[in-house]
Amino acid sequence: MMNRSGIFKKTLSSLPLFLLFAGCWLLAAVFMNGCGTQGAQAPQAQAAGKKIIIWHWMTDREEAFQELAKRYEAKTGVKVVLELYAPSDAYSQKVRAAAQARALPDIYGLLGEKRDFAAFIKAGHVANLTGAMEAQGAAWKNLLYEKALAVNEFKADNPYGVEPGIYGVPIDVMNIQMVYNKKLFQKAGLDPERPPKDWAEFVADCQKLKEAGIQGLVSGWGEIWMIDCLASNFAFNIMGPEKVLATIRGEVPYTDPDWVKVFSLFKEMADRGMLASGIVTMVNKSAEQNFANERSAFAFNGSWCVNVYHGMNPSLEYGVMLPPKVNLKNPMYIWGGAGSSLLVNDRSLVKEEAIAFLKWLTATEQQAYLSETTRNLPSNRKVSGSIPAILADFSKGMDNVTHPNIWPVNELPKVIERFDKGIQSIIIGEKTPEGLAEELAKLKAEEMAKKGNQ
Amino acid sequence: MRLNKYTLTQHASGFLINVFLIIVSLTCVFPLLWMFGSSLKTQSTIFSDMSIIPGAMHWENFYLAWTKGGFGVYFLNSLFYTTIVVFGIVMVSSLAAYAFSRMNFPGKNLLFFMFLAAMMIPLPGSFVPLYVLVNNVRNVLLNAMAASTPFLLKVLPENFVYGTTSFIESQFYPRTAYILCMINVGLSFSIYMLKTFFDRMPKELEDAARIDGCSRLGIWRHVALPLAKPAIAVIIIYNALNVWNEYILANLILSSKNLMPLQRGLMVFQGEHITQYPLLMAGMTITVVPILIIYLVMQRFIIKGITAGAVVG
Amino acid sequence: MGFHLAEKIKQCYNALHNATPKQKVVGTVLLLAALETVFLFFHDSAVFWILAYGLVTLALIFLVLANIIKKSLAAFFFVVPALAIFSIFYIYPFFKVLQLSQHAWDGISPKMVFVGLSNFVEIMKDKIWWVSMRNAGYITLIALTFQNALALALALACDRQIRAKNFYRVIFFIPPVLSEVVVGLIWRWIYDGDYGFLNYTLNLLGLHQLTHNWLSDPNTALTCVAIIHSWKGFGWGFMILLAGLQTIPKELYEAARVDGANVWQSFKNVTIPLMIPVFVLVMILTILGSMQAFVLILSMTGGGPGYHTEVPVTRILASMQGSSMFGYACAQGLTFGVILMMVSFAQMGISRKLKQA
Repeated sequence: MMNRSGIFKKTLSSLPLFLLFAGCWLLAAVFMNGCGTQGAQAPQAQAAGKKIIIWHWMTDREEAFQELAKRYEAKTGVKVVLELYAPSDAYSQKVRAAAQARALPDIYGLLGEKRDFAAFIKAGHVANLTGAMEAQGAAWKNLLYEKALAVNEFKADNPYGVEPGIYGVPIDVMNIQMVYNKKLFQKAGLDPERPPKDWAEFVADCQKLKEAGIQGLVSGWGEIWMIDCLASNFAFNIMGPEKVLATIRGEVPYTDPDWVKVFSLFKEMADRGMLASGIVTMVNKSAEQNFANERSAFAFNGSWCVNVYHGMNPSLEYGVMLPPKVNLKNPMYIWGGAGSSLLVNDRSLVKEEAIAFLKWLTATEQQAYLSETTRNLPSNRKVSGSIPAILADFSKGMDNVTHPNIWPVNELPKVIERFDKGIQSIIIGEKTPEGLAEELAKLKAEEMAKKGNQ
Repeated sequence: MRLNKYTLTQHASGFLINVFLIIVSLTCVFPLLWMFGSSLKTQSTIFSDMSIIPGAMHWENFYLAWTKGGFGVYFLNSLFYTTIVVFGIVMVSSLAAYAFSRMNFPGKNLLFFMFLAAMMIPLPGSFVPLYVLVNNVRNVLLNAMAASTPFLLKVLPENFVYGTTSFIESQFYPRTAYILCMINVGLSFSIYMLKTFFDRMPKELEDAARIDGCSRLGIWRHVALPLAKPAIAVIIIYNALNVWNEYILANLILSSKNLMPLQRGLMVFQGEHITQYPLLMAGMTITVVPILIIYLVMQRFIIKGITAGAVVG
Repeated sequence: MGFHLAEKIKQCYNALHNATPKQKVVGTVLLLAALETVFLFFHDSAVFWILAYGLVTLALIFLVLANIIKKSLAAFFFVVPALAIFSIFYIYPFFKVLQLSQHAWDGISPKMVFVGLSNFVEIMKDKIWWVSMRNAGYITLIALTFQNALALALALACDRQIRAKNFYRVIFFIPPVLSEVVVGLIWRWIYDGDYGFLNYTLNLLGLHQLTHNWLSDPNTALTCVAIIHSWKGFGWGFMILLAGLQTIPKELYEAARVDGANVWQSFKNVTIPLMIPVFVLVMILTILGSMQAFVLILSMTGGGPGYHTEVPVTRILASMQGSSMFGYACAQGLTFGVILMMVSFAQMGISRKLKQA
């Protein structure tokens, strides 16, 4: 025993150990430097060709991007260095911190809302790509889905005071719809090729499913933005876009009967037992597990789910449908647009090269490759054929797409949060639709007054 | 065989204690077994097949996780950061804690209070100033190196000068910055913890050493540190786990893949939308092993405190 | 001249050193008020940074001089490495957060609007913030009782001569090293409404009426989260308590036994008094750890249903990421920190009193 403690004493106290660590430093450093690509060659690399640095957060696509970067270097001699920072929260922090230090890379993506985007533009971190997009008879612009570009566009009279233009390049598109399980439909005696079209049918189908012992709708409503999404879909359908935007501008109160009706839909779903149990605290990844393992008949999810379900249960038979219409006179709107976009740093020393790379990345061939390997909808409208059938079904919904990022006004963050959390409370029976409407109207008035004061 | 009352209660209490321990142990072991079992499944069976040991074992998941996650470099990096940071924290915090516990000097209470306060105040936006700080110091360093290059070139070979500057820029500086940041993260807790244990230790042995002519540094090194072994072992475990599992600061400060720690490898399996659960579980099993080894080694020292007590008593 | 300076510093130091606690508190408040006044006029300019850093530098110089005069420089050098790292990596972020807490800022734009203390006033009125505080308090209370009792019981059991204690020691360390992903997956499965282990067990026991979805029921969500938190954290308390128990000289127990003390008496008269500093340490660490816990909460419930499992840190994150109210988030962080400090120091004060009594 004394012996061992003696050893411990020595290891902790002696100078040789320190030297050992110093040696460890050197050894590791030399070794890593050997592996590194940036290290010793940096001065030569600058002389030989240009280098574009990209920061991104898309773990799922890292491999495909690396492959494309390799192809691009072989073709043009321009080296593209991709740095992945995940998860997206950590990535967001890094980008925001780097913006403060003015140390953003040549190309990066921005996760956030339109006002964050506007703030980045106003701080001079984002290059205006309108010129490049409009060049040669708008060849580049015409190649991409209009709805995807809209997310990255600032119109002439935007409320943020940003110089109008297109500031980002969409590399894929997505939309959020509903999917239903065909096998479970059959089991409950429903026609697997005929998903419910309107609210009454949806309620009736859920009733039948329930009688067969099958849960109705599952979704990641523990992540509040997914509640926001469906509620906004219903609101657009019930009262039309103009009235929703008028509410956001503060012209229509949330106590309006149409809004109460939106909230009542959630109450009805909860009361009739149409929702999967535990939906209010479920993260979307759990909801996806639930649907992939055929525990619920409906799911409200984005087009990325095709890839997710494919991995978890390749034999899952499901179809895509729009959320059920409540107001049959109005169309059903869904959220969608650019899935991920990349921006060019306005302060980049290789701005032209960076723009050229993004142009190449969104060209038909590369988009087809990305779509095929990562099962995302391409932002390039010329890509077709190689897309899986279910994904093609998703892409049909692109006509009905809208998104907060393309609305002229956006709701205040505090109101959004109370709105979504309030719907959670309605589902668990703590609040009534009328109660929530009143609470929101009051909060909205307070926040508007505060905003007016500033 | 006759049992008297004493041995009966002894047996009964021993039995109860063991039942209690076994129940708690089961809840602790189960997740580990589940993680290991899941790492042998496939993406489609992981949530449908609830058996702990799956029928078809996919051992290749471990190989896939190691190669796809690029664990080779990350593993070495994590090993490197963890050893240096933990060593640094033990040195720096035990020096400070010893001074706080045993010496008197102006500012002692104020400084100790400061460290305690730092442990309690969360700085939500601190990543922005930290990044700005690290980045600005880097720029100053780069400028200084650029300015001194012409002079250095006159006395030193060209390759050496360029090699060294790019080494400092791409390897030495970011690593040092990250290490110092991480030392700072663990410092307050470690100082507080060690001071508590130093305070409880009898002073007689130190007095004896002082009479023998030991310097303060010598007493810290040869008397205080060995006596505080159990506490130091706890600190080593705590900080090693902290550094080993850290990735937010690494993401922020390190700018290149070949500098990143192990957690970066695990992120590969947790996409925005897709989580590759079997590979993730395999990767996590791999990352947990070194920490458990550190714990196995260190927990012996938590126990070895008995000898120190015996010496003192 | 030099002599005068030394005299002045000595007087100054003695005055500071001999101040009563009341005077110290008043002094600190006055200092903060002075800093706030500086803020009002120079919040955005270099003057603020010069003053802030000037203050820190002056304080450091004063400390060094005082140490030279008191001939305790050698002792002071022991804390210099820690102090150096601390002042580089903590002081600057701290001042920055202090500065931001008095601004309305979205985290991105170069323009910050100085709003003085109104962020703090807003926090006082923010009902949800105080709800989150209460939730964190509840989790902490469960951790303090349930988690620490478990840790102490296990540490005492392992401190005794029982068989296979090395084995147990290793096992109890597993929860702290497990990744949140695994913990989240496992516990979500246990609590699940339809396929959950807990409901399954309850059904087996014939307690059908108790089965429900544990995490989305507002009555049980917070307790469920608190239990997971305690389960994940008890390993640390166990380890520190065991280290504390192991540093109690065995001779003291033998002496007590010779004096005829039974197990309970020697626990009360030997273990408890010697363990009080360790208890305080574990309690403070539990308070800090539980009040600031959030990763598990985000992965289990996302703060829901409604606001039933929101805690201060998730609120801070919501203001920072969701609402882009960076300044407000900084103010929330500072408010939270001050509350934690008050709780912790009150805890330390009470235990010091207990020890003296």
